[in-house]
Amino acid sequence: MTKYVLRRLALAVGQLVALSIVVFSLTAMLPGDAAEVRQSEHMTPEQVAALRNQLGLDRPLWTRFLEWAGAVLHGDLGQSLSSGLPVNQIIGESIGCTAVLAGVTVLLVAPLSTVLGIASAVGENGRLDRVITAVTLGLAAIPDFVLALVFVAVFALQLGWSPATWVGVTDLCTPELLALPVAVLLCRSLSLLTRQVRAGTVTVLHAGYVVQARRLGLPRRTVLLRHVLPNAAVPAVQDLARLGDNLLGGVLLVEAIFAIPGVATALITAVQQRDVPTVQGLTMVLAAFALLIHLLADLICDRLVPRTELLR
Amino acid sequence: MSERMSMDRRGFLGLTAVSALALAGCGGGHEQPRNGGRLRALFAGGGAKETLDPHAANLFIDQARHKAIFDKLTELGSDLAPVPRLAESWEVGEGATVWRIRLRDAVFHNGKKLSSEDVLYSFARILDPNSAEFTGKSNLSTLDLPNCRAIDPRTVELRLNRPNADLPTNLAALGVVIVPDGFKDPAQPVGTGPFKFGSFTAGRTFTATRFDQHWEGAPRIDELHILSADADARGNALRSGQAEYAHEVNPTFARTVAADKSAQIIVTPGCTTQAFALKTDRPPFDNPDVVLAFKLIADRQRLVDVVLAGKGQVGNDLYGKGYRYYPQDLPQRSRDPEQARSLLRKAGALNTPLTLYTSSASAGFVEAATLFAQQCGEAGVKVDVQTGPSETFWKDQLVKGEIGSHRSGAMPIPEFLNIRMLTNSPYNISAWRHADFDADFAAAQSTVDEAERAALYQKLQRRVYDKAGLLVWGHPDWLNAATPKLHGIESAPPNTLNWARFDKAWLS
Repeated sequence: MTKYVLRRLALAVGQLVALSIVVFSLTAMLPGDAAEVRQSEHMTPEQVAALRNQLGLDRPLWTRFLEWAGAVLHGDLGQSLSSGLPVNQIIGESIGCTAVLAGVTVLLVAPLSTVLGIASAVGENGRLDRVITAVTLGLAAIPDFVLALVFVAVFALQLGWSPATWVGVTDLCTPELLALPVAVLLCRSLSLLTRQVRAGTVTVLHAGYVVQARRLGLPRRTVLLRHVLPNAAVPAVQDLARLGDNLLGGVLLVEAIFAIPGVATALITAVQQRDVPTVQGLTMVLAAFALLIHLLADLICDRLVPRTELLR
Repeated sequence: MSERMSMDRRGFLGLTAVSALALAGCGGGHEQPRNGGRLRALFAGGGAKETLDPHAANLFIDQARHKAIFDKLTELGSDLAPVPRLAESWEVGEGATVWRIRLRDAVFHNGKKLSSEDVLYSFARILDPNSAEFTGKSNLSTLDLPNCRAIDPRTVELRLNRPNADLPTNLAALGVVIVPDGFKDPAQPVGTGPFKFGSFTAGRTFTATRFDQHWEGAPRIDELHILSADADARGNALRSGQAEYAHEVNPTFARTVAADKSAQIIVTPGCTTQAFALKTDRPPFDNPDVVLAFKLIADRQRLVDVVLAGKGQVGNDLYGKGYRYYPQDLPQRSRDPEQARSLLRKAGALNTPLTLYTSSASAGFVEAATLFAQQCGEAGVKVDVQTGPSETFWKDQLVKGEIGSHRSGAMPIPEFLNIRMLTNSPYNISAWRHADFDADFAAAQSTVDEAERAALYQKLQRRVYDKAGLLVWGHPDWLNAATPKLHGIESAPPNTLNWARFDKAWLS
């Protein structure tokens, strides 16, 4: 088990190194650099050249990359090319909002989808199943920005229940503030997970060992909780990990509509401003998170349904 | 927190209704200005790029924040002529190469009195070659800094390396802000402005509080917040009571709030410029007949109606309609496809396809380009619209295509000529390079007599109107919005004294 985790972590480090090279090269291939983007109409070409020199952009690509990589090994993600602020600080500020949003959404979606999915599966093709399927699929069919715009128009502007935006907000964790964006994210993700739990449960319910357990006269409750749920949850846990990873990576349209200063906004601004260290730093942190979340999901699945390959 | 805000809004609606009734009962129509309160103003943000360093100002949101904390020696009035600020008065001598500036009795937020040394330090900081991105450099390029000196604590003598009768205008330019002597840490800004710095997070928030000892009198509001938000978020935040002022709103938003009266729209008519740049250094525009032909092809009214949704004025191939030195007497150029075609036929330019280089760098660029290409097609010239990346558009447009999309904010006409129309101008968008034009500009700039100088600048502009590759088709209206309880905000072109000015504002 420990060996497996160590192997996965080593692999993750390799993946991060490869990713950093890819992201660095792609950003370098974009037209223009940070000096050009910062150029104002009052600046002469000499001033732009001086700025480029000041930012170190006139040095060879590989020197810049190696310097960056060296600093990262010491925990320093460098300085933003567009503001001079430490990248660590930019990441810290933007990831807070996104983490709160993603965390609350995942905490709500996990139990909700489990309950709805099992209820659907148990009454397979019954009335409840059809209602749950219709509602969750219907919500998933509406693009998130449409939902967000409708929610803002109705709940914030018309009814005044909730603020329309996060503009100027310092305290992130108030329920009124989180309500609308979390509702949008919830509507989008609920159907996928509910469908997954339902499908998993239906498959397991028809499996030989469950049929056998029922035949042996085990209580329905015990069969569901002890035998069905752990097996049915495996694909759902993987999906939940994917969802958490997606939400952390940012949900650009939702961030844009509610003016949430989150990761997606920070990343897109950094790309537009050709702010290579910030782009690199953000992608590295997000990628590391993603790799960890998926490792965690695999470990949880192993606890639910132990498999031999992890023990090797 | 939000509950309180929505309560505030409801409470305020109730209150204004009551006070309106009360005032009506008393027979009064106007409310008396009131002190106190917090004003939250929203501007388009620039993410991590936003800066507190007043000399690196570039974005509108930066300028608004710096204006709260700092002052300049002069500012521009609504006609873009200089207005005294920290400079109480000035005298010019020796053929516009020596200026004596008398400073106002002002104090910094830390209690220190404004002195000549602060002015000299500020200019030295702006001109420091190690700070490449400081925006005021070009406007101070005529300063002969080593020979500038303090005559006494409140009089500065500025010596120039060549005559410049427009120096007071240059002192009002972007980023030419007065900081205290020894100012090094922009994270803790200290200025003479109407508000004292509170807090700042780039891309998000800025707070400041009233400075009671401001030389022009204390502001009416207690607290000023200047926050970053995209266009849609600005509108929604204003309507849901999360802000009192939203800078730059679009015509759709203006129509919505006009219908439900949830906000007031503050319009500054036609104060920016939309144009096409015809590059006169390459065929076919090296032939002045072709330049004129294209100016005759443009259906300016249609461009204003379609691209600006009618919210703007028609342009007349010149920058700065209504500003100081603008030649008012030039006839409005209008569409004449017949004459255009005959000029093009004469020049043999009817069958060469041209490229119009544009991008989504500015609202309406692509729409205007597409519509103009269509108008060219109707006149018998094929114009292909090429859309490039917006991040590097301002640089790319100097080299790409025969025609380029262009916009200019509000600036004095001499500054426009200086940065767009001279041989060495960094943004010579129409590639207009003529030594005699440069010489005439220098002559105008060194003419001390006001009327004579105006005549010279107008002569330069007549030449631009006749021959240069500037096809100015429209001047969009500048739309800002405020809640009905915000008062004392005047309409003013961007970059001028009354723009983003919150020290005269008050809340009812």
